[in-house]
Amino acid sequence: METSKQLQPIKVLLVEDDEADVELIRETLLDSKISLKLDIVNDGVDAMRYLSQKDKFSDAMLPDIVILDLNLPRKDGREVIIEMKSEPHLMNIPVVVLTTSDAETDIVRMYDAGVNCYVTKPFGLEQFQNVVKAVEKFWMTVVKLPEMK
Amino acid sequence: MVSAQTIAPFNILLVEDDPADVELTLDTLEQSKILVHIEIANDGIAAWEYLNSIGANNGKTKPDLLILDLNMPKMDGRELLEKIKTRPELRSIPVVILTTSDAEIDIIRTYNLGASCYVTKPIGLEEFTKVVNAIQEFWFTIVKLPPR
Repeated sequence: METSKQLQPIKVLLVEDDEADVELIRETLLDSKISLKLDIVNDGVDAMRYLSQKDKFSDAMLPDIVILDLNLPRKDGREVIIEMKSEPHLMNIPVVVLTTSDAETDIVRMYDAGVNCYVTKPFGLEQFQNVVKAVEKFWMTVVKLPEMK
Repeated sequence: MVSAQTIAPFNILLVEDDPADVELTLDTLEQSKILVHIEIANDGIAAWEYLNSIGANNGKTKPDLLILDLNMPKMDGRELLEKIKTRPELRSIPVVILTTSDAEIDIIRTYNLGASCYVTKPIGLEEFTKVVNAIQEFWFTIVKLPPR
């Protein structure tokens, strides 16, 4: 079971609207030994369509993990979390919030809504890369992710 | 950012029945540069009692993080997790599952119940230490924990 799982790349869904952040996160994630398949959507509406395999995402597979920004156009990350955690087939997908917001209300609210961990984007390119690397290393090498069917 | 955070120790509630695992986890956590205060409960009932007696005047502090074994006597980790997540004042505490079980049903079920992450105890002392260090480093230097 273990080996068959590790042969498959880990499927990551990144929900992020800021182009520079997308680029940095993408490069950092892909620049590692960990084999992963990264899909990117830019707002909450597309995130929910992707997760429900609707419209242009009809071929999408459920991700093993979601990296989610909070302040997003159309539907923000807070709503995405609440919707995901109330859907039986989505609620066990780990969600890592990666946001500039360090407002206590967001932190408390997101943990209450069932986010798996809350990480803030630090200032500075190198610090940002280090945080992304740390998220990748912990979630993709230390943690057991649920097997998505 | 990190330095301000490390002034006050992080409170951990370790819920684990195996004495050797308690010892090893404790040693590893305490040897780190990250300052921690650790409470230990040896089964789900003891943990639940602790969580229900948190108060400003009795020295029982709300944990910043729970490290929770699954297979324990009296009340197991699954049941404790379920109880914690139904309590508004406790549900935001991140719960790290640390268990020997790698049964898919346990993994899915505990994520469904609201576990923050699921980590299996590796075989071998060195590997075990590494995993505990990784948990400590990630949760206390990278993650924003809920405010106390």
